Amino acid sequence: MMPGSSERPVAAPYAATANSVRRVMTWVMAALTPATLFGFWLYGWPAVYLWIVTVAAATLGEGFCLRLMRRDAGPTLGDGSAVLTGWLLAVSLPPWAPWWIGAFGGLFSVIVGKQVFGGLGQNLFNPAMVGRVALLISFPVQMTAWVAPLPMFSVSAPGPLTGLMITFHGMQPAFDAVASASLLGFAKTEMARGIDLAQSLLHAPVPSWYGSRPGSLGETASWLIVAGGAAMICLRIISWHIPLAMLLGIAVPAALLHAVDPACYLDAGTHLLSGGAMLGAFFIATDYVTSPNTPRGQLVFGAGCGLLSYVIRTWAGYPEGVAFAVLLMNSLTPVIDSYCRPRIYGRDRRGAALEPEK
Amino acid sequence: MGLIERLFREPRWGVHPDDHKRPAADAPLRVLPRPARVHLPLQQHVGGAARPVVLVGQKVLKGQLLAQSQGNISAPIHAPVSGTVTAIGEVTAPHPSGLGLAAITVEADGADRWIETDPVADPFALAPEEIARRTAAAGVVGLGGATFPAAVKFALGRRLSVRTLIVNGGECEPYLSSDDRIMRDCPAQVVDGARIIMHAIGAESALVGIEDNKPEAIAAMTRAAATYPEVKIRPVPARYPMGSDKQLIETLTGKEVPADARAAEVGVLVHNVSTCAAVHRAIRLGQPLVERIVTVNGGAVTRPGNVLAPLGCLVDDLLACCGVKEKPARLLFGGPMMGTLLPHGRVPLVKGASGVLAFTAAETAVPATGPCIRCGSCTRACPMGLLPLEMAAHIRAGDLDGAVGYSLSDCISCGCCAYVCPSHIPLVQYFSHAKGELAARERARLRTEAGRRLAEARLARLERDAKEKAELAARRQAERAAARARAGAAKPAEQTT
Amino acid sequence: MLAVVSLTALGIALGTLLGVAARYLAVEENPLEAELQALLPGSQCGQCGFVGCAQAAAALARGEASPTLCPPGGRAVTEAIAAKLGIRIDLSAVRDDGPLLAVVAEEICTGCCRCSKVCPTDAIIGAAKQIHNIIREACTGCGACLERCPTEAIGLMPMPVTLPHWIWPKPAVA
Repeated sequence: MMPGSSERPVAAPYAATANSVRRVMTWVMAALTPATLFGFWLYGWPAVYLWIVTVAAATLGEGFCLRLMRRDAGPTLGDGSAVLTGWLLAVSLPPWAPWWIGAFGGLFSVIVGKQVFGGLGQNLFNPAMVGRVALLISFPVQMTAWVAPLPMFSVSAPGPLTGLMITFHGMQPAFDAVASASLLGFAKTEMARGIDLAQSLLHAPVPSWYGSRPGSLGETASWLIVAGGAAMICLRIISWHIPLAMLLGIAVPAALLHAVDPACYLDAGTHLLSGGAMLGAFFIATDYVTSPNTPRGQLVFGAGCGLLSYVIRTWAGYPEGVAFAVLLMNSLTPVIDSYCRPRIYGRDRRGAALEPEK
Repeated sequence: MGLIERLFREPRWGVHPDDHKRPAADAPLRVLPRPARVHLPLQQHVGGAARPVVLVGQKVLKGQLLAQSQGNISAPIHAPVSGTVTAIGEVTAPHPSGLGLAAITVEADGADRWIETDPVADPFALAPEEIARRTAAAGVVGLGGATFPAAVKFALGRRLSVRTLIVNGGECEPYLSSDDRIMRDCPAQVVDGARIIMHAIGAESALVGIEDNKPEAIAAMTRAAATYPEVKIRPVPARYPMGSDKQLIETLTGKEVPADARAAEVGVLVHNVSTCAAVHRAIRLGQPLVERIVTVNGGAVTRPGNVLAPLGCLVDDLLACCGVKEKPARLLFGGPMMGTLLPHGRVPLVKGASGVLAFTAAETAVPATGPCIRCGSCTRACPMGLLPLEMAAHIRAGDLDGAVGYSLSDCISCGCCAYVCPSHIPLVQYFSHAKGELAARERARLRTEAGRRLAEARLARLERDAKEKAELAARRQAERAAARARAGAAKPAEQTT
Repeated sequence: MLAVVSLTALGIALGTLLGVAARYLAVEENPLEAELQALLPGSQCGQCGFVGCAQAAAALARGEASPTLCPPGGRAVTEAIAAKLGIRIDLSAVRDDGPLLAVVAEEICTGCCRCSKVCPTDAIIGAAKQIHNIIREACTGCGACLERCPTEAIGLMPMPVTLPHWIWPKPAVA
């Protein structure tokens, strides 16, 4: 530190929190674990294999990119962000999708969604949702082939070996009542056939209170997702602004339109518990990198995500719109950030100095 | 503090680091054995450096003036020991650069003989200007670390008719307890100093803000202030940076100091508790500021605690007094959040140093810097409402003007942002770097402007010279022509005669 | 057909209008030149190869000189000129040791007074046969005096770093 010494002085503060990127990522994963385990139980071994493939693909993609850039892969892989991306993608996929869906999605998420932009912290769009949307557009059939839950260890559930066949060999499951539509998809197709909701919902796949219905891992376990999200809010990993604004953004228009015409519009409860609403609100839209970082900006962002999700679900061609909505709002994050700045001490909102009060 | 109270009373800004104040705060005050020599830098305060008024070889008494203040904002330096001036030269500055700083070295004679002092029995009979004059002559500066000459603030407070004096007993920096100690050991001095300052600035009341993690200090101060209803003791939540002027003013009075304005403009003036005690000694005892209480703490210190030490003693002397377990890997003046990195232990104690921290290698180990994940922790922690992540991103890309657009000038360098950053980005260093670069740019601009003015003045002068020369030549020529004409006129006349 | 004709007519009309406007509203003097001159140090030291700063500014405005032409201005002036001209230049190639100061080697100075006559800012003081000295605050480090000194007693030195001028280094990018 003497002049001429090679060591550069370090500035204050000379104290730091115990918090780290790895700790944040670990907590998010921990919050996601109950819902994931519940999904495993509900959909059996194929879901487990798909999860493993997706997470492994995301990790490999990250490692490959870092090797390509001749960077030390250790610390970056160690922070767990690639694992989390793969994990989030995996819980948004149809649980019995073939292995290459997970592999392609995982690689695409991390390479195109994240590393192309410059790695962690630089990406404009949520990597997991980039992967999911790429899959949905490229492989619409596989991405909408939902199955009814067949809880693990139940009589007709596929065992570990059959599960391997389903995931890796594209074996068409030969079980009864397997192929099924998710509730949102079902409502949409029935509406398209001209049957209104009052009629069609009588035959709809009934959502049981604990989530036993067709859907992705992250969809069926809505209450466990909420519990995980609430835990993250309590631990100050995320703030309440985005989840609340997003859920309100879906629920308020849904409740209004349902009140106007229950035959055409699903009720708010169904909207909140279906599709990626909960997963999106607590785990996807709250991604630090791609969301605004002031409370007001987060409220705007969350509300935008919710509204767009509702609009896409109700009037667009796809039954589910959370991924699209989040990506659209991601692209607006820089704009929101530049308009929603916090008020600076001693200045008004526009940045002019306050008048002294005596 | 209960949950409800915490929800409503805890400020939204700031951080809550481990305070590490005890056991050092509870250890009784020690007195540093008199050092063999002391080195007194001429610049220990904000403003102009002091000008030496002693010669090498001269004998001085304790409290004798060594260097007088220069300019409107400056402070004099006095001898903390009696002895002989042995050198006036450079010593290592208490600064991370390790550059030199002009200083006066005094060799102690061991007698510690005080110069004749001029105590005042009733300071409230003195004119406020006289109190300011005596405080200035005693070299009292802000002892909380800002080192702004106290008397200059008195004049400011009087001019802007400040009504409330805020006495800062926040001491929010971890590890430090020198203010805590002075409030516990000499609360009467602090309260008396505060009352003298109130008299000097014409304030009606004094609010003493003390963080609620110092219950002993609150109790002692409440007892000492019991007979003076105008001095009110106000516990404040322990939260960093509560000791920052702006945050303490807002917590105690609800007033917000406008950007680019001084606290006095909203009718308050802030003085540190140690400064109050120093004012008490300067007025009541006539003693100049020659010693201070300094906290010696950190993992490398065997017996952490507070030490009363003469200014100018070396950091190594202080560490020797408290014992060192292992060679410190990092030495600081002040606290870990905003302290000054010291290049080595042979640095003199200055007026603004409230603590000496010696950290072990284990304590200084910091995880490697990672990429910003835009988590917004820094934004939530910033007590000024800034966006540290955006400012740092602009500075990193070399766009200093962009950072200024995010109000870099409002940053108080408190370190909250860098403390909470999960990626351990040295945000404050980015800001300090940018502030330095911007200041250098401004200096270069002023220099260029001055150069331009000088160049223009020179050109004007050359032009004037040339014109004068031409005029002179023309006049001479005219004179010569006239002379010739006269001669020519005279010739025919001669011929005629 | 009608659409084609009307659009063509519109195009011709607007084009004519623009052409006329360009001729009649043209700005006589080049304001860029004055702005550029304001950016230059104005010490007329002549190190750029032009007679003075005004001529250098004119050359810059015509695009005949590079923004890097001003050595005393250093990186800051280069940046400002490049920004004004809208040019992107690689500043890493520009060497900038920070501001420089001329220093007189007192043991060689003969007191010939030649340097003080050329100093554009009158920063050199000294009478004939007396050792000359340089006023730090006034010296722009242009180096005009260097060539005039018959005994090579003047050199350029980087301005010494002092405590208030010390700047925290930018953190190394991880």
